[in-house]
Amino acid sequence: MSTDVEPSVIQATEVAAQLPLVVDDPVAQRFRVHRSAMTSPEIHRAEVERIFAKSWLYVGHESEIPEPGDFVRRPVGGRPILMVRGVKTGNVNVFHNTCTHRGALLCRQESGNSKVFQCFYHAWTFDSEGRLKGVPDRDAYAGGLNFDDLALKRVARVESYRGFVFASFDPGIVDLHTYLADAKDYIDLVIDGCGGQVEIVGGTHQYSFDANWKLLVENSIDGYHAESTHDTYLKYLVSIGTDLRGGVSGRAIDLGNGHAVIEYSAPWGRPVAKWEPLFGEDARTEIDRLRTDLVARHGEGRAHTMAEVNRNMLIYPNLIINDIMAVTVRTFHPPAPDVVDVTAWELAPVNELPSLRQRRLDSFLTFLGPGGFATPDDLEALESCQQGFVSGGVEWNDISRGMGRSPLANDEEQMRAFWRRWQHQMGNAADLAGAR
Amino acid sequence: MTAIAPSQQAISRQQVEEFLYTEAALLDAWALGDWLLLFDEDAKYEVPCNDTPDGDPTRDLMLIDDNYARLTSRVDRLNSRRAHREYPHSRTNHQVFNVRVQDVSAEELSVTTSFTVWRFRGGRTSCYVGKYRYRLRRSDGGFRIAVKRAELDMTDLRSVGDVAIIL
Repeated sequence: MSTDVEPSVIQATEVAAQLPLVVDDPVAQRFRVHRSAMTSPEIHRAEVERIFAKSWLYVGHESEIPEPGDFVRRPVGGRPILMVRGVKTGNVNVFHNTCTHRGALLCRQESGNSKVFQCFYHAWTFDSEGRLKGVPDRDAYAGGLNFDDLALKRVARVESYRGFVFASFDPGIVDLHTYLADAKDYIDLVIDGCGGQVEIVGGTHQYSFDANWKLLVENSIDGYHAESTHDTYLKYLVSIGTDLRGGVSGRAIDLGNGHAVIEYSAPWGRPVAKWEPLFGEDARTEIDRLRTDLVARHGEGRAHTMAEVNRNMLIYPNLIINDIMAVTVRTFHPPAPDVVDVTAWELAPVNELPSLRQRRLDSFLTFLGPGGFATPDDLEALESCQQGFVSGGVEWNDISRGMGRSPLANDEEQMRAFWRRWQHQMGNAADLAGAR
Repeated sequence: MTAIAPSQQAISRQQVEEFLYTEAALLDAWALGDWLLLFDEDAKYEVPCNDTPDGDPTRDLMLIDDNYARLTSRVDRLNSRRAHREYPHSRTNHQVFNVRVQDVSAEELSVTTSFTVWRFRGGRTSCYVGKYRYRLRRSDGGFRIAVKRAELDMTDLRSVGDVAIIL
């Protein structure tokens, strides 16, 4: 800011310092988010400290490392992390992927199986439980080396829920069960609907685009945009004989702690267990059988919810589980205010019949992913918003849709749940002065 | 390279290259309807994920796994004004080289090539690099595409965002 600012401007800035970036006005039934929340480098820096370092973040799924010594490495909250199943304990270990000696990345392979991890720089060697096992020429260290102190550094907290492994860099964070709040019930619906045991399918969608990460949060749980943004997808459904009557219809639910879900009926089919023309006539019997199985195990009501109701769920702050025409697990991290790195996987029942699996894989690609008939248009929308913010003139986004009524799936209550938590966690970092 | 029986008509690399250049030109001209005519009705168009270039669409998540019907829908979509990511269209430049012709039989042949596909839109430059694997069928002195598979060499799509264009 220049030093020769007029007094009236300084006054305005002081007033602004009191104003939060998220304005939740239940009286006027208006909910607004200041656009600097999406553009400000200061806000981005504060998010790294206050949100990504203080939340439970998704690391991966236990099915990715079924055998002792299996490992994957990936960024979590932007930091290089190593997840490995211990050879001795069978536990899922999550380590900072850095050699305790001089810092080099310990594991530089994306995935694999190994009993030991050797840093190539000076050949320090660690086992799959993180213990330091070998240091060349260790006699050179006067008084000896304390191998216990130099073990791989575990991420402060690691817990899992039904195979989903989460980590937090905050040693004082509440336990994962408490954190997940009502989202647990919806994770249960997804997994039990898949027969109780699920796995990540091979192949990863890793893409990036130039927009703020919170726009992707909103978009992932936004029912309102489906008809306008995804017109070509809906036309595709019609072309293969899908009945669009009924449209997208359902409700939005605040699941607590910033988590939220929309649950709704939609025209497309579901591998478990709603038939559509895409699946072919000969699939009807199998899908009916899956549906009958669900009823037998869970009763008609819950079976209906599992089989026919779609779920787009946000696990605050950056995990999406969308159980729609297939199940996708998507996490993301912002390296900058206007860039987001997305990693997405497909989740499927274990031991799924090959014919069912193929149908599921096919169904996924109709809509989802960087080559799907819908996701690219979402990226266009979000980049378009980010570019629009630069234009200025308009300071606030409006996220009021559906306030004052029982929120529908095409309302915006689920986004408000996210933003309220965001504002709470950001505290005084998320006010207008902080965003300058 | 498999030996060609004298009774079979020899296929020169130049013939194959000519066909592939024509295909590239149709894509760059956004003549997608004409491009689709190069495919047989049981054809496949596949793009595996960056981390699984040998991905099997019956078992693995792909980026694209189109049969002819889906490929037709992809073309319809890209030709509409409502495929927002590609309206207005990107300018593209499909470049094909390192062409190798293999497994030539009386009916079919396999072709592998390197490719770069440049994409320009809204001031942004993207470049896709990888390997094409074609299965071509002989047809009236020319070829038809039975399989086109684009295996990407980039370790991820971070630099290009998506595969909304046809590779």
